[in-house]
Amino acid sequence: MTDQKIPATESVEEAQTRLALDSVHLEGLEIESLTQWQLARRKFFQHKLAMTSLVILTLVFLAALFADFIAPYGFAEPDVPNRSIGPTLEAQHYFGTDKIGRDYFSRTLFGTRTSIYVAFIVAGLSTAIGAVIGGIAGYYGGAIDNILMRITDLFLTIPFLAILLVLSAFLGAGSPVRVAVILGLLFWTGLARIVRGEFLSLREKEFVEAAKVLGASDKRIIFRHILPNTMGPIIVNATLTVAAAILVEAALSFLGFGVQPPFPALGVLIAEGQDSLTTLWWLATFPGLTIVLIALCINFIGDGLRDALDPKQRVK
Amino acid sequence: MLVFFGMTAVTDPISQIRLIPNVSQTTIDNIIARKHLDEPVIVQYGIWVKDVFVNQFGNTALGDKPIWPDLSRAIGNTLQLVFVSELIAVVLAVILGVFSAKKQYSFFDYATTTVSFFGFSVPIFWFALILQALATTFFLKTGIRLVYTFGQSSFQPENAFIDQIQHMVLPVVTLSYVSIATYSRYQRASMLEVLHSDYVRTARAKGVKERVVTMKHALRNALIPVVTIAALSFGAVLGGAVITETIFAWPGMGKLFVDALVRGEVFTLMAWLMVTAVAVVIANLVADIVYGWLDPRIRYD
Repeated sequence: MTDQKIPATESVEEAQTRLALDSVHLEGLEIESLTQWQLARRKFFQHKLAMTSLVILTLVFLAALFADFIAPYGFAEPDVPNRSIGPTLEAQHYFGTDKIGRDYFSRTLFGTRTSIYVAFIVAGLSTAIGAVIGGIAGYYGGAIDNILMRITDLFLTIPFLAILLVLSAFLGAGSPVRVAVILGLLFWTGLARIVRGEFLSLREKEFVEAAKVLGASDKRIIFRHILPNTMGPIIVNATLTVAAAILVEAALSFLGFGVQPPFPALGVLIAEGQDSLTTLWWLATFPGLTIVLIALCINFIGDGLRDALDPKQRVK
Repeated sequence: MLVFFGMTAVTDPISQIRLIPNVSQTTIDNIIARKHLDEPVIVQYGIWVKDVFVNQFGNTALGDKPIWPDLSRAIGNTLQLVFVSELIAVVLAVILGVFSAKKQYSFFDYATTTVSFFGFSVPIFWFALILQALATTFFLKTGIRLVYTFGQSSFQPENAFIDQIQHMVLPVVTLSYVSIATYSRYQRASMLEVLHSDYVRTARAKGVKERVVTMKHALRNALIPVVTIAALSFGAVLGGAVITETIFAWPGMGKLFVDALVRGEVFTLMAWLMVTAVAVVIANLVADIVYGWLDPRIRYD
């Protein structure tokens, strides 16, 4: 763009990004033009940190998914001769065992599977709810919009964790699915706000007007015309929700109000290892590190996706 | 805000009182009579609101103990913790953010970015546990008591002030780490934006010293988004305090909350939620005042 200010201190990377952005604007003039998605994909693949994270995360996910085949021991299977031993390659106790000889590598794998399972349900559920409610509120405005904004205000004023704790304590959490549903029903407000904002500006655009003139129904305009244009922020938000959900679920389970034993979850494992942290340090350390690894990878991927799909929202 | 008070009142008391375990039917009947739980919800809400103002949140359902003395003591303890850690977090985050914006893409910049990404990704309770374990191990190995991992103060300490600090170090580090991660990202982003703006270039062109440009011209404007974020995340910090206080046995709001939750003490929880909501509103008010001080163009008429 001609009116763009180019800082004197621009680095090579910045220049590349700027040129890439320019080529987006010139899309129509190029002979070999790329669709928006192709551009986004190309940009994402060039993001080294995000790609590395994606590879690591895929490996972790696959290991968790096939935990039944990979784990050397069962989730609650004790290896009686090898009680309370530290991480070792012998007898495949990579992450050590606890006081009754349960293998923590296997337990971590199963726990990861539960946590990921919960996190994906949360992300799916909250994204669906958030997109629909945000879309309706942004498109129609008025009373629906008002109610939505008051609810999101509510979530801003009281600590999120407190609401969650109260709900899961009184509704009775315990099984992964229940925890996932409770979390999913509360996580949507952030996305709803974002989608609402996008809808507010998009509904005034010419293409929406054109669709209206052609006699398209409101439903069609919302879901076929506007929603696809908000896909970028939605995908980024869904990704980051997975990370947030894993952290929150772990915290809930740790406090005893989330997933509860006998269901394996990473927060439960940390809670069980808490008492013997100074003697059997490996019990709480490895499940914790697993959470850090997963959340870190997802956050990096989210960052890469944001650069690729949603350059406006970028926090440099 | 009124909507919120209404919602808490409507959703909480009626359904949950029966879930308290180990309570005989007579006790339940007594509680129901005392707390007017057989009245319609609207009437209950009225009684509750009256209780809040006239009786200082009233008494607990079980045991009929007044709520306010415990709550106010807990508020004091938590404010002590939250105030110190937020102060440290904001100061450190601003310094980190300004330096990484000044030296964008330097080693320092990448280091702070990595550390703050860890901050987003570390479960706060796990971080607290690891700190606790490290401190304990250090004490066991060397015999030097650097910090305490438990409680708020010792019984008859030699030096009350140092004792207090020793108790506060670990909870404060835990609480501020996550905040530092978030705030420093915002500080860096807003600082970068301001540093590339026209008026900063003008200031430089006039020959103003680089130091003055950064500290006076740029920083003051770049602080505004950080103030917003700090105020908005005050609720999240209080939520984090729930976990931190539980782990370090700090007798504050968080611990009170979890205890009340375990006992199923609905009225304490409601009082807690209301106090926190008021605290967050006050935090936002403070933020509004700070805006005006940072940028005199912002006026509230």
